[in-house]
Parts: sequence; C-alpha cells; structure tokens
Amino acid sequence: MSGTQTTYNDKVVRQFAVMTVIWGIVGMLVGVIIAAQLVWPELNLGPWLTYGRLRPLHTNAVIFAFGGCALFATSYWCVQRTSHARLWGGPLVPFTFWGWQIVILLAAISLPLGFTTGKEYAELEWPIDILITLVWVSYGLVFFGTIAKRTVSHIYVANWFFGSMIIAVALLHLVNSAAVPVSLTRSFSVYSGVQDAMIQWWYGHNAVGFFLTAGFLGMMYYFVPKQAGRPVYSYRLSVVHFWALIFTYMWAGPHHLHYTALPDWTQSVGMLFSLILLAPSWGGMINGIMTLSGAWHKLRDDPILKFLITSLSFYGMSTFEGPMMSIKTVNALSHYTDWTVGHVHSGALGWVAMVSIGSMYYLLPRLFGKTEMYSTALVTVHFWIATIGTVLYIASMWIAGVMQGLMWRAVNADGTLAYSFVESVKGSYPFWAIRWLGGVLFLSGMLIMAYNMFKTMAGGNTKDAPVIAPAAHHA
Amino acid sequence: MSDFVSEFWNLYVIVIVLVSILACAVLLIVQGKATFTPGKTMGHVWDETLEEYNNPMPKWWSWMFVITVVFALVYLALYPGLGNFKGMLGWTSAGQHAAEVAKMDAQVKPLYDKYMAMDLKAVAADKQAMEMGKRLYLTYCMQCHGADARGSKGFPNLTDADWQWGGEAEQIVETIANGRMGVMPPHAALGGETIKDLANYVRSLSGLPHDSVRAGKGQTAYTEAGCIGCHGADGTGMQALGAPNLTDKVWLYGSSEATIIETITNGRQNKMPAWKEFLGDAKVHLLAAYVTSLGGK
Repeated sequence: MSGTQTTYNDKVVRQFAVMTVIWGIVGMLVGVIIAAQLVWPELNLGPWLTYGRLRPLHTNAVIFAFGGCALFATSYWCVQRTSHARLWGGPLVPFTFWGWQIVILLAAISLPLGFTTGKEYAELEWPIDILITLVWVSYGLVFFGTIAKRTVSHIYVANWFFGSMIIAVALLHLVNSAAVPVSLTRSFSVYSGVQDAMIQWWYGHNAVGFFLTAGFLGMMYYFVPKQAGRPVYSYRLSVVHFWALIFTYMWAGPHHLHYTALPDWTQSVGMLFSLILLAPSWGGMINGIMTLSGAWHKLRDDPILKFLITSLSFYGMSTFEGPMMSIKTVNALSHYTDWTVGHVHSGALGWVAMVSIGSMYYLLPRLFGKTEMYSTALVTVHFWIATIGTVLYIASMWIAGVMQGLMWRAVNADGTLAYSFVESVKGSYPFWAIRWLGGVLFLSGMLIMAYNMFKTMAGGNTKDAPVIAPAAHHA
Repeated sequence: MSDFVSEFWNLYVIVIVLVSILACAVLLIVQGKATFTPGKTMGHVWDETLEEYNNPMPKWWSWMFVITVVFALVYLALYPGLGNFKGMLGWTSAGQHAAEVAKMDAQVKPLYDKYMAMDLKAVAADKQAMEMGKRLYLTYCMQCHGADARGSKGFPNLTDADWQWGGEAEQIVETIANGRMGVMPPHAALGGETIKDLANYVRSLSGLPHDSVRAGKGQTAYTEAGCIGCHGADGTGMQALGAPNLTDKVWLYGSSEATIIETITNGRQNKMPAWKEFLGDAKVHLLAAYVTSLGGK
C-alpha cells in the first residue's frame, strides 16, 4: 500500500447499509402480513403464504437480513475507523456481502416452499447452513484480520462486542445446526428429546444475547459517543459489563423450558443466570445514556440521537422484563402467551431496529459524500412514527398476553377451566388488531427512510475516505 | 432418581455453577478496586473523537449486581440447582404439580362423588352437571369433535343419532374411558372395477344417486368379498366392531363415489384415545352424560 494513500473500504459498508433498509422493509412487511393473518385468517393463501411458512420468513428476514446487514455495515465501518486501518481480507470482503445476500435469497425461497429444520431461528436447511458458516468464518477473518493490523495499541470497546458476537454466533450456529442430511432439502438434527430442546434454546437465547444484544451494543458504543460528541461514560463499567454479559448469557437458555421435561436443576440454573444478567445488561444502557450527560440538550433537535437514546431506553426496559419473565412463577403466567411476543418486539423494534436506524442515518450521508440526510425533518417524522408503532405493539401484547395467561389458568370451584382456549383467542382479537396497526406504523417509518435514503444517495459521491492517522496518546 | 449417568457430572455441575456465579462477584470486586479519575478520560483516542471517561461504576448498579449474586446463592441452597442436591425445601416441579392436583381433587371430590352415584340420565338432567360437562368437553374434546360437537371429516358428529360404537350410556362411557380403534381393511386386491361396483352398491343402500348396473354387480361382490362380515347382510353395520351403518346418510369420510372408492381401496384407520387414566372415572362419567345430552339418540 506504500506510495498511494490508503483508504477505508467503504464500498462494502455502503452495500450493507443500503441492504439494511431494503431487507428491513421486506422483513417488516412479512411481519405486518402475518400480524394481519391473525386478525383476518382468510389472508392465509395457498400453502406458500400461510402463517406457518411466513412466520419463520419474517423472523429470519428481520434478524438475519435486516439485523445482519446492519451489523456487517456498522462493524466494518467501526473496526476500520477505530483500528485506523483498511479492512483486511481482499476478496473475502465482497464474499461476505454477496454470500450473505445469497443466504437471504435462499431463505426467502426455501421457507415459503416449506423446507425447514423445525428449529426456531435456525430453520434453514443444511446446504444454506454451510454457506452461512463459510460467510461467517470469512467475516471473522476480515474483522479480526483488521483488528490485527490496527495502528493503535488499544482495541476500542465497540470491537469487543462485535468480536464476541462473531465468535459466539459461529459456535452457536455450528453446534445447533449439526444434522444428518438425507437429501438436499431435508436433514435430521443429531440431538433428540430434551437434549435437542436444550441445545435449541441454548442457541435461541444466545442468538438474542449475541446477535441481537452484544452486536448491537457494539453499534451503540461507536455511534452514541460519535453522535453525542462525548466520551463514553465509564471505561471500567464497559469492562465489567462486557465480560459479565458474554459470560452470563451462555447460561440463560433453560428459562425457555420452564415446567417442561428439562430437569429442575437445569431450569433453576437458567433462571438464576438470567437474573444475574440484569446488571450486566443494564451496564450497557447506563454507559450509553450517561454518555449523553452534559449534552442532554442535543436530544431536542437531533433525531439521530433521539433514535439512539430511545433504543437504549427500550433496551433497558426489555432487559429488565427478561429477567423478571425468567422467574419460574412469573414464567408460569407469561409463557406461551403474547407477552413473550411483546417482550421480543420491545427488544426487536425498540432496541435492535431503532439503534440500527439511528446508526444508518449517521452512516448514509457519510457513505455518499453528504454532510446530512436529504431531509432531517423526515428523520424526525420517522422517529415519532416508529416510537408510536413500538409502543402500540408492546402495550397491546402486554394486555393480550396477561389476559391469555389469566384466562388459561382460571379455574372454577368445580375444578373445570373457566375458559376454553378459543375464548382466549376471541378475547385477543382487538389487541391483535392494535398490534397490526403498530406494525403498519413501524413499516411506514421504514418506507419514509427508504425515500430519504434514495434522495440522499442521488448525486452522491462514493469515493472511499482516506485512513486517518491515530491520535497521539495524551495520558 | 438421578439426572446424571455418573457422579462426575453431578460434581461437575455443582463446581461450574458455583465458580461461575462467584466469578461474576470477583469480576465486580476486582474491577471496582481500580483507580478512578472521575471526569478525566483514559487517555486513548480512536477515530479522532472517541474517548472514554475513567468514571467509577455507579454504586446502585454494583449493589444491584451483588444482590442478584446473593439471591442466586440463597436460591441454590433452597431449591434444586446444584446437580443432584435437592435443595433444603425439597421442592420439585413434579411435586408442585401433584400437590396442586391433589388439592383440587380433594376440593371437588364431594361434587363428583354425588354425580358418580347418579345414573347418566339423571346427570344429564342436572343443570350444574351439564355446565361442568360442557366445560370439560370444551377443554378435552373440542379439538377433534368441534366446539359445536358436530365433528368433521374423520371425527364423528356427536349431535346426530348415529353411533359407530353404540349410543347407550354404558357404550359411551366405554368409548370415552378406554378409547376405540376403528379399522376398515384395505381391499385394493379386489381390483378397480369391482371396487367401483361396490361403491355404487353402498351408495344405493344410502339412497344416493348411483349406476344401477354397477350397483347390481356390487351387491354380489358385497357378499363375495366379505363385506357382510362386518357391515352385515343388510349393510346396517355392527356396533360391537365399530363397523358403520351403510344405509343411513352419515358418512364419516364423505359419501362421494371417489371417497368411497378410496375408503374401500386403502381402508381406514381411526382412533378415539382412551381418557380413563388421564381424566379419571368421575370426569368420564360427566362427559358421557354431557355427550348423551347433546341430542344424539
């Protein structure tokens, strides 16, 4: 590289950032469709567009397509800028982009056709799993290769989180997806019975813990201090909550299997580590929100900060709710109800989507040679629509969930159940309609974002930025 | 019963759980002893502006962390969690369930005893008993027989007068308590033409439109192929075997020629599960009374 000035590889960031918005719209549209199917069951069309096939498409699209592209874009941007080095890996870099897009397309085709392993959040069949592994290992090589060639001695905190996410997701994916193939489109898990359930939820909860929490905390640790223009609140808090978080999350899976065939001791251990997880989770929220102390006024007119700080509030709320729901007696009421669905979406919409949207609004103008988005007013509009949509979603699911839980357990003096299941379904309709409306609002916000993005891209300059020399230490 | 195949795994779980919980506390304590310079940065700068303050961790947060760790240790002393150690309270989820069931059973026993002593007709005439019966039906039976008890393809309608296994009180109790296995053997060996003749014959028995030439041939085949063994010479079936009456208008799988051909060719297997063990005699008694009250006579 000597002689010519080294630049950051922003092309791959640009690609992933644009696809974040596109896949966000696709994934959330499918979410709105399945929410509508619960209110109007006639919308279940053919075998291909029935709820059972579209639901995994929704979860895969929002988690791995939308969330995944957001993680790739932000981690590639962050690791270059905080390592003061261009991405390592040459052809591996575009491979991660195109490989990931092919994984998403294969998911979008195979899931409606009915090919599934039946493992939640890991439904894709084995050939796609192998492609995911190849892309993910390449991602790890690129990320850690870039860390290795950094020109600063310390590794920035955001990269700890991105790095732990990459390692843990590789481990989870390989262990949980282990299967014996019988044909190109069919395989059987190598685990069976309660072991299969435990492995699945060890995976499932850590997909939340690492993919949707650690990765997005990495995002938070770069974009919040950047946008706020303030130092991170406490280095020591980062250290403690990082190690405690990644260590404790690994244990929490059994809380998905309370009061099942899983041995009691396993359930207890899962519950206790879920409770211990409260403080490490909140460490990230505190560090993010307190970073803004002394600059609270910026929240008033900066919609990007509004997205980022609101996302941390939802993060704090759902990471409080999570440990509470892991307590056996609470779980006895909440499990299998829409409360769980509401909890997941307070994390998914309120935290993951909002922090990603805020980060994309930070990145997009910079990726296309602009100083700000085409319309800041539309960013503000997006913020309010997204917030109202999220609140409608969560509140309706809380009410529906608690109602369902109470109806299912209500017993008459004669020992019979007070309500039949279908009565709880009937009672849920109004709340499912409100949830659908919340989803429609959130999706509308994404459409506004897409318009704003294409307007920002128009006539933009896509020249890669030069690598900045690290600042001298001033201890 | 031990959850472990060997004592090693028991010890492994105990050690790794305790060490892991204590490791969280050690991490917090050791890091809390670092030298803090509130309001000053650590001195590292990334990407021109990224810095970190050397602020201490918030006290309330550290205490919250400690409280959860202490709670975990206390919980592990009281409840199962450390391998085979059962906890000082001796709680198990199976035990909790059994205790709740026993408590409810004791509470409702006088009521069920009262109904058990009455015959089904009397129970069916009792308003409160029928409300209970309906709720039991909506909990355990509606998944197959439908909320209105009219059934669907393969699941009998309980509101009509047709009873595959008999509609007398004792027969309904027997059906619910011990279940039923209905088997129509496959007759593909008869050949397509003969099966079509048979289908037309049984349609004629039911008063449905049919090809009378084929029905005539079918009548002969009906005897020769052995259909009479279960469905009887006149086609009115045999409740002891669960062989349906072919002369009425009730067709469990459908009465179209194609469906009947499919039934004769491939046979049918169906199962009513046995509920005695799960529900107990008293609830079966109440459910049987409720089913008889649905009007099927």
